[in-house]
Amino acid sequence: MRILRKIPIHVILIVGALSMVMPFIWMVSTSLKSPQETFIPPDLTRLRPTWIPNQVILTNYIEAWHEVPFPRYFLNTIFIAISIVTGVIITSCLAAYAFAKFDFPGRETLFIFFLSMMIVPQAVYLVPSFIIMSKLGWVDTYMAMTVPWLAQIFSIFLLRQQFRTIPDDYYDAALIDGCGRMGFLWRVLVPLSKPTLITIGLFALLGSWNSFIWPLIMTNSDKLRPIQVGLSYFAQEQGTEYGLMMAAATFCVAPIVVIYFIAQKQVIESYAKSGIKG
Amino acid sequence: MSSPGSQARSKRFRELFRALAYIAPAGTIIIVFRVLPIIAAFAVSFYYVMMGKIVGFSGLSQYWMLLSDSEFWNALVNTSYFVIGTVPVSLFLSLFIAVLLNQKIRALGAYRTVYFLPVVTSLVAVAIVWKWIYHPRLGLLNSFVGLIGLNPLMWLEEPEGIFSLLAGRVGLSLPRWMGGPSLALVALTITNLWRGIGYNIVIFLAGLQNIPNEYYEAAKIDGAGRTQTFWKITWPLISPTTFYVVIMTTIVSFQVFTLVYLMTGSPVGGPLGTTKVLVYYIFEKAFESGGDMGYASCVALVLFAIVLTLTLVQRKLIEKRVHYS
Repeated sequence: MRILRKIPIHVILIVGALSMVMPFIWMVSTSLKSPQETFIPPDLTRLRPTWIPNQVILTNYIEAWHEVPFPRYFLNTIFIAISIVTGVIITSCLAAYAFAKFDFPGRETLFIFFLSMMIVPQAVYLVPSFIIMSKLGWVDTYMAMTVPWLAQIFSIFLLRQQFRTIPDDYYDAALIDGCGRMGFLWRVLVPLSKPTLITIGLFALLGSWNSFIWPLIMTNSDKLRPIQVGLSYFAQEQGTEYGLMMAAATFCVAPIVVIYFIAQKQVIESYAKSGIKG
Repeated sequence: MSSPGSQARSKRFRELFRALAYIAPAGTIIIVFRVLPIIAAFAVSFYYVMMGKIVGFSGLSQYWMLLSDSEFWNALVNTSYFVIGTVPVSLFLSLFIAVLLNQKIRALGAYRTVYFLPVVTSLVAVAIVWKWIYHPRLGLLNSFVGLIGLNPLMWLEEPEGIFSLLAGRVGLSLPRWMGGPSLALVALTITNLWRGIGYNIVIFLAGLQNIPNEYYEAAKIDGAGRTQTFWKITWPLISPTTFYVVIMTTIVSFQVFTLVYLMTGSPVGGPLGTTKVLVYYIFEKAFESGGDMGYASCVALVLFAIVLTLTLVQRKLIEKRVHYS
């Protein structure tokens, strides 16, 4: 009986879930079609699109991969992502530690000042950032792609909240035992804060993999282009080659989708936690 | 000989310097690449800029120019349409789905994973795939439109207002100002809803799971129906989450850019400029037409003022709620 009562709920949820995955299926389906087949307009007599290609081909993937330097774009993005994830974790640990455990004048004021910077829309600081990058001579360099993103305010905030849950007694005891301030951070706080560090790492990874506007403005050569910018230019150049476009879109989202399916619990919980900020 | 007072002071200074050393790596980056650009944005909004070079002091006059700039008002109206289209629909759908998922449902994890998937997908891929879905001749969506017996629509290429299109179906013609957002802008709103709804579902689900089960059991014993339980228990108890979702969705929607740029970027600003939104206008002024970064900053700061106001409203509302409970 209980199960029967829940059938209508499942029907609604399945319809919703289908509309969430349909674009993904259509993307993969198109990527496996020959150019001729993508050009068949939806058949108004049969009234349904072809989900399964008449003839499955893989050449779109090979062609798209080689037509523009996608391997290079991938390497760029991987390099940028690794730098940013490592950098954000280190800078956040240090700053969050000071804000959570050190007692110094102006601590709250400085912390709130940093937090308040998060409200400012990117559109406000994008233009002056570009000017600063040109003044530094960083436009079209890896410096512009990585350095400004090596510190993230929200990560400092999350980690500070976590560090504060660890009792000060530990801190005092560690100092008396001669563990040292740095030693306490890396040997006590960090091992006790793994879930939060994973959250921070995931946000940094997703942010750098998916970032688009910043690298769009800060790069102008193929050599430095990260994957999303490369993909957008590729799609613009293709005109009507939808099979190629969808193949490129598929392999550009695939790594993140795979990571997401492996770590979906951590990803979703990270986002859920991040929403419950005061 | 140092007095105890000066010893304490020097100890505090040591603490301060030590703290600053730990904060320095993050702090330097935040100050150089966030705080300075924000200050610069304020400063440059008081200057005339051409091709990226300051050519004269303008004071507040560029802000006055905004008032009579029809392109700015068009962008503000388009952005408002986008926000008004996104927020209530996203709120309704995500709360509805979250409530269903909260019914101790089988396969909860699987549903949640699927609904959340678009959130982690890059906006560039989303834009490319949806542009293909909206294709006027070969698109997937028009084949569904055909299924229910309607003529194919132009979607992203349709400048006509959605209300005039609807009125046209029944043979009426509306004046231009009543036309509403263009179908192109509505299409962008739909894609944006699809991409963002999973986040709101997850936030609502977390909020719903915080409601103690005893309340629901008590309601059951009192013989309350589903609708009654929702309005008497769930809705009031979930309201802090609802505030958060509404304000965050509004703030994020006001800053829409990437989808618009990629899906209706050429011709610029979509069909007849009907999808030109605020951030698009900023981008265009600063980087595409004449490098007018002073004026672009004025528009950006207006956007900031809107976002700031919304944030402050949220604070006030949340404080009020805390006082109630």
